[in-house]
Amino acid sequence: MVNLLVNGQRHSVEASLDTPLLWVLRDLLGLTGTKFGCGIAQCGACTVHVDGDPVRSCLLPIGSIKDRAITTIEAIGDAPQGAKVQKAWLGLEVVQCGYCQSGQIMAAAALLKNTPRPDDADIDAAMAGNICRCGTYVRIRAAIKQAAESL
Amino acid sequence: MSAPFKSAGAAPSRREFLKVSVAVGGGLLLGFALQRAQTAEQGQSEVAPFAPDAFIRIDRNGVVTLIMCQVEMGQGIYTAMSMILAEELDVDFSRVVVQAAPPNDKLYTNAALGFQVTGGSTSIRVFWMPMRKAGASARAMLVEAAATLWRVDPDGCRTANGEVIHDASGRKFPYGALVDRAARATPPKNPTLKARKDFRLIGTPARRLDSPDKVNGKAIFGIDAMPTGVRFATLKASPVFGGKVAHVEQAGVRDMPGVRQVVVLDDLVAVVGDHMWAAKKGLDALRITWDDGPNADVSSEQMFDEIRAASSRDGVVAKSSGDLSKAASAKRIEATYHVPFLAHAPMEPMNCTVHVRPDACEIWVGNQVITRTQAVAAKVTGLALDKVIVHNHLIGGGFGRRLEVDGIAKAVRIAQKVDGPVKIVWTREEDIQQAMYRPFYYDRFAATLSDGKITGWNHRIVGSSIMARFAPPAFVNGLDPDAVDGAVTFPYDVPNIHIDYVRQEPPGIPTCFWRGVGPTHNIFVIESFVDELAHSAGKDPVQFRRDQLHGAPRLRACLELAVDKVGWGQPLPARVGRGVAVQSVFGSHVATIAEAEVDRDGEVRVRRVVCAVDCGIVVNPDTVAAQIEGGLIFGLTAALHSQITIAKGRVQQSNFHDYRMMRINEAPSIEVHLIHSEEAPGGIGEPGTAASAPSLANALFAATGVRLRQLPIDRDVLAGRKPA
Repeated sequence: MVNLLVNGQRHSVEASLDTPLLWVLRDLLGLTGTKFGCGIAQCGACTVHVDGDPVRSCLLPIGSIKDRAITTIEAIGDAPQGAKVQKAWLGLEVVQCGYCQSGQIMAAAALLKNTPRPDDADIDAAMAGNICRCGTYVRIRAAIKQAAESL
Repeated sequence: MSAPFKSAGAAPSRREFLKVSVAVGGGLLLGFALQRAQTAEQGQSEVAPFAPDAFIRIDRNGVVTLIMCQVEMGQGIYTAMSMILAEELDVDFSRVVVQAAPPNDKLYTNAALGFQVTGGSTSIRVFWMPMRKAGASARAMLVEAAATLWRVDPDGCRTANGEVIHDASGRKFPYGALVDRAARATPPKNPTLKARKDFRLIGTPARRLDSPDKVNGKAIFGIDAMPTGVRFATLKASPVFGGKVAHVEQAGVRDMPGVRQVVVLDDLVAVVGDHMWAAKKGLDALRITWDDGPNADVSSEQMFDEIRAASSRDGVVAKSSGDLSKAASAKRIEATYHVPFLAHAPMEPMNCTVHVRPDACEIWVGNQVITRTQAVAAKVTGLALDKVIVHNHLIGGGFGRRLEVDGIAKAVRIAQKVDGPVKIVWTREEDIQQAMYRPFYYDRFAATLSDGKITGWNHRIVGSSIMARFAPPAFVNGLDPDAVDGAVTFPYDVPNIHIDYVRQEPPGIPTCFWRGVGPTHNIFVIESFVDELAHSAGKDPVQFRRDQLHGAPRLRACLELAVDKVGWGQPLPARVGRGVAVQSVFGSHVATIAEAEVDRDGEVRVRRVVCAVDCGIVVNPDTVAAQIEGGLIFGLTAALHSQITIAKGRVQQSNFHDYRMMRINEAPSIEVHLIHSEEAPGGIGEPGTAASAPSLANALFAATGVRLRQLPIDRDVLAGRKPA
């Protein structure tokens, strides 16, 4: 049994210590908002926060997490940055298919927490790990700036 | 794929409408799990009393449920279709509930393609009028019901915001109060449609209905389906197409923690576990020996030699006008072009959840061809069609990949061996290496120039026929209408034209539609070669096009607008260039100008793209802009980075490290300018993709003087390290 703290709730799960957090969230806890995209930390669809830092859950073994707090897309709206990012995403109609957007929003919320007024280079550095196949990049950039202004 | 062909047969009966009504109202088909949809359903009687057709349900509380026959994969179709219905029905758009339609080719056929399918940028083009008529007809029935109750002339009644109003007496009825009586009204044969000036939704930027649940993790894609008791599986198919499993060494695998079952079929192996990681570890631990079969030695080089050789054969004539041998010819120019295989790589990897029981098969998936999904499952299981229940879902990127049911067939075959529901998820590697690919094409051009104009145009297209497999009735006399789409609509005023098509199938490599379909390949080669001709004629590329677009006024207006917005002719720094491309495909007219920079190493930075678009009447303008933006990025990604290559019968790319995607740091600024139009709506999901590569390649020529006749762009060629 492995104990995890996810979105403020404690869970005990039956999985080996090397199991990536992604599959525990999705398949064992039913938190399907976090997405599988590549399995090798190349696309960012699986991004969650661990103690507030953005992490690719597809390569994060649950045995390494210990008592650190995990936040997923389902709860990011409870944080001020997350709520502002979600609002800006809706305001500028960023979303198309939406599959990558959980990861995009988690990466953007983490960016704004550490860099409240990001410039284009900050946005590139924080967001280049997140692929959007629908090509919503122009609006992602604009929405991050709008969210920053509203914070 | 935009070529229309025979549509489905007999008109559906009222009984069939009601059958679907029961299915939808009964909650058997909750593909689209918007919170609002769920909430509404709880308050709804099992069957909405007013179900005038296959698209509209209104219950006694006035809740309006719209049935979506076109699937939502990011293109905003749920919102646009709802806007059209709500416009004519005169209901509050912000309160409509949408649900995915069940499989039914009769009720939900796409008239351009002859069955229930979302693709080819056809949805608004095909459903614009039927949706308007459905909304107007239902509205007329509600008016008739109110007028009967009030004993007044229906002409004295009007509707607004879900109410019928009789101004003379000051009375009104909400739609919900009229549904039982309206259900007995006769649908009008020719319902009166709203005048364009009375539109209050169509043409205004509406909020997307699917966005709220896509920013909070609640949206349910096919991969998120979680039927009770589901187990998880992943698979490995023969790495060579057509190969078989020779032997599987399973020792120890079934004892691994979380592993439940190993499934060995003749051409693939799957492992079932308590979660995806257990399944994947189990699969990786198997030692599988393959019999590669007849395609074991196939290579990209061999296929290139074959397709080039095929280009010397005469093809099937796709278009012929004038007489090439009599074309005035001061100058003759020839060129050949080549584009590679491409994978779709949607962010949601292929997946399918299946529960096979002795008497039924239930499927949870997101797919563009839901009736084909149902049919293939029936074929594999031997069950009757109506014993296959398909729950369609939001799609995490389709791009043509989910127009195919190869994955459904594999999933059902695996699920037949499993007791209980099983979710089969492709790894990204399997998704890319076991895909179906945008065909490899080879194009041969010869043109004559005189007085700065094209006098003769000879274009031969060589490549796989997708239509021959996907829609055989559309493949007539050896001509694939998709392979020549965008080529036969050559927009320039050229008196002598000959265009033909040579079918050349790659051995062992399955091909399928890819966003932008035929035009994505054709507009690249045509607009690149036109640019070559402009250069050869010593003319500015915009002026050269402008002078020969007298027969295409809408396209020419797009060109003028793009030229104006980009500041064509204004000076640029060294090694920066602008390139133009024009196109009239998918019923829409687009001029695109890209601005790109090339450094000494041949690295490319796309700085800016300006697009002028005339797509006829616009339903949701913000979505039109978004589709152009996304379409451009999709096409630029392919032009800059993408190709699938084959060695020893195997796809060499496997994941995003070697099948590279454009990322935010590479994305240009994009401006989309819409031209107001009263013409019928055109398609908008794919034009942007078709526009990318030619505008970029022409910009790179302007920046460096190097003409790229092959994709993806080759940095070594741009840097002069390798000949073009």
